[in-house]
Amino acid sequence: MDAETSILVFDENKVRAAIIEAGLREAGHSKVSTVTEILGLVKRIEALQPDVIVVDLENPNRDQLEHFFQVSRSVKKPMAMFVDRSDSNAIREAVEAGVSAYIVDGLKKERVKPILDMAISRFNAFHRLSLELEQARSQLADRKVIDQAKGILMKAKGIGEPEAYRLLQRSAMNENRRIAEVARSLISASRLLGDF
Amino acid sequence: MTKIDAVHAGYLPLLDSAVLVVAARFGFAEKHGIDLQIHRERSWAAIRDRMSVGHFDCAQMPAPMPIAMSLSHGPLTVETFAPLVLNTGGNAVTLGNDLASAVEDEAPADPSPASMGAALRFAIHRLMERDGRAMRFAVVHRFSCHNYDLRYWLAASGIRPDKDVEITVVPPSLLPEALASGQIDGFSAGEPWNTIAVRSGAGEIVTTKAEIAPLSPEKVLGVSKAMIGERREVLERLIAALLDAAAWCDDPKNHGELSRLLADPRHIAVDSAHLLPGLSGELEIRRGSARIVPNFLTFGRTAGNWPHHGYADWIYRQMLRWGHTVDGPEARAVVAGAFRPDLYAIAVNGRSHGGAMAPRSATSDPYGLFDGGRSDLPTN
Repeated sequence: MDAETSILVFDENKVRAAIIEAGLREAGHSKVSTVTEILGLVKRIEALQPDVIVVDLENPNRDQLEHFFQVSRSVKKPMAMFVDRSDSNAIREAVEAGVSAYIVDGLKKERVKPILDMAISRFNAFHRLSLELEQARSQLADRKVIDQAKGILMKAKGIGEPEAYRLLQRSAMNENRRIAEVARSLISASRLLGDF
Repeated sequence: MTKIDAVHAGYLPLLDSAVLVVAARFGFAEKHGIDLQIHRERSWAAIRDRMSVGHFDCAQMPAPMPIAMSLSHGPLTVETFAPLVLNTGGNAVTLGNDLASAVEDEAPADPSPASMGAALRFAIHRLMERDGRAMRFAVVHRFSCHNYDLRYWLAASGIRPDKDVEITVVPPSLLPEALASGQIDGFSAGEPWNTIAVRSGAGEIVTTKAEIAPLSPEKVLGVSKAMIGERREVLERLIAALLDAAAWCDDPKNHGELSRLLADPRHIAVDSAHLLPGLSGELEIRRGSARIVPNFLTFGRTAGNWPHHGYADWIYRQMLRWGHTVDGPEARAVVAGAFRPDLYAIAVNGRSHGGAMAPRSATSDPYGLFDGGRSDLPTN
């Protein structure tokens, strides 16, 4: 029964859209489609007649989409935002994950709830992944800066690498700053002094 | 140490987010003991959703939006009230080059909404005959003043919305591009999107909200039921802070600083030069040619900040007129309670500043419509 629910994922973030689609397919939904741009969306909705449309909450085209649902005569009208308007916890969970979903009137709660839960968990997973990626990126950048600062100290003071690192570390502790910040200041100061 | 209350407010990156942004960034809220946290969103739908789960206590909203939200028009019902008008005017109607030059061919006698509307009527019919299709206009939201002011002006000019002109919805920042690429033939939107469309060569400004309905509210402060019920005293201080900010925004000597604040990447993120025409009323109506529209955008100076019941009545009549809602005693009760002059009156009590104008007497035309409200009759 569930497998027959037609789902459309509209997300301008292609990676996230793919992750959600994959999750829904793994959960046994075969009628899942993805659209990543507004151009052509209306035609796809008319052709697919989806029961559930999952849209990222921050999508700037949502006012346009909701207007289309209100005026269109060519589609089943997905008017409810969530299965159960009175289930404020479910609504909160979705909004906090950044998910909005439009559901065709009359669809059973048992059929929709697992779809929403899957979308929410995939949105959250994607968000965690992006955060981790961002952290990894900034760690890499930090390491480059620290290496450069160590090089400057080693050359200027004629010291070895462990000693140079300790100097940076001590300075960071005294000034209550991150080592990478101290390293950045050192690099710009050294540029100003022209011995770089 | 005085108590500081946190208030979360949503807004969209538009010129008329000025009062909220200024209150938060220039210390007006703090002076009234409020830590005003403003959050930029990308659609009115997102603002509604965040209001519904309590992320926001209040938000900038087109005047019809609290009514539509309380009437359950949309996928989520959120009871919302308007105790304050944030600004009057600020919108314009911009036509694509094709339609704009067809209007010029009609040689309108003057730039008034009546003359421009009459010229537009002939221009539209000529282009419809030539191209064999209805014209397509865009507004930024179904339940917006952009939509109802545009519809009023078109209908008063003998152009039938939904018949001669299809009216669709496009997000504001995408309007100049949609106009340039011919997806739409015109739009009704707030600044800076008219100015940006004109300066990018996509079209011409043909009329403004300040001329169609000079006394009508544009954005209001939409407030959650929870805030009104549980934090009324904080709300009163918030209104006072916003009125201080509104008075500051209304002073022309602050417009340079205001345009620089709003141009910031955290806010509207456009060149500040695109924000100045909307503030001064010296609109670039076509490339290199300006027209002064007095009181194009005001923050209380022209019509005050009172959320008159008459405004809600007018909006409801338009919603009925265009088939956007169904009349009934329950709906009428919701509309009667949506705008809250009672809360405004308490907050404003004892203040003597320009934003705090006394309520106007009840009238069938609270908007100061360009045709005296004559077109505001039920359609058959």
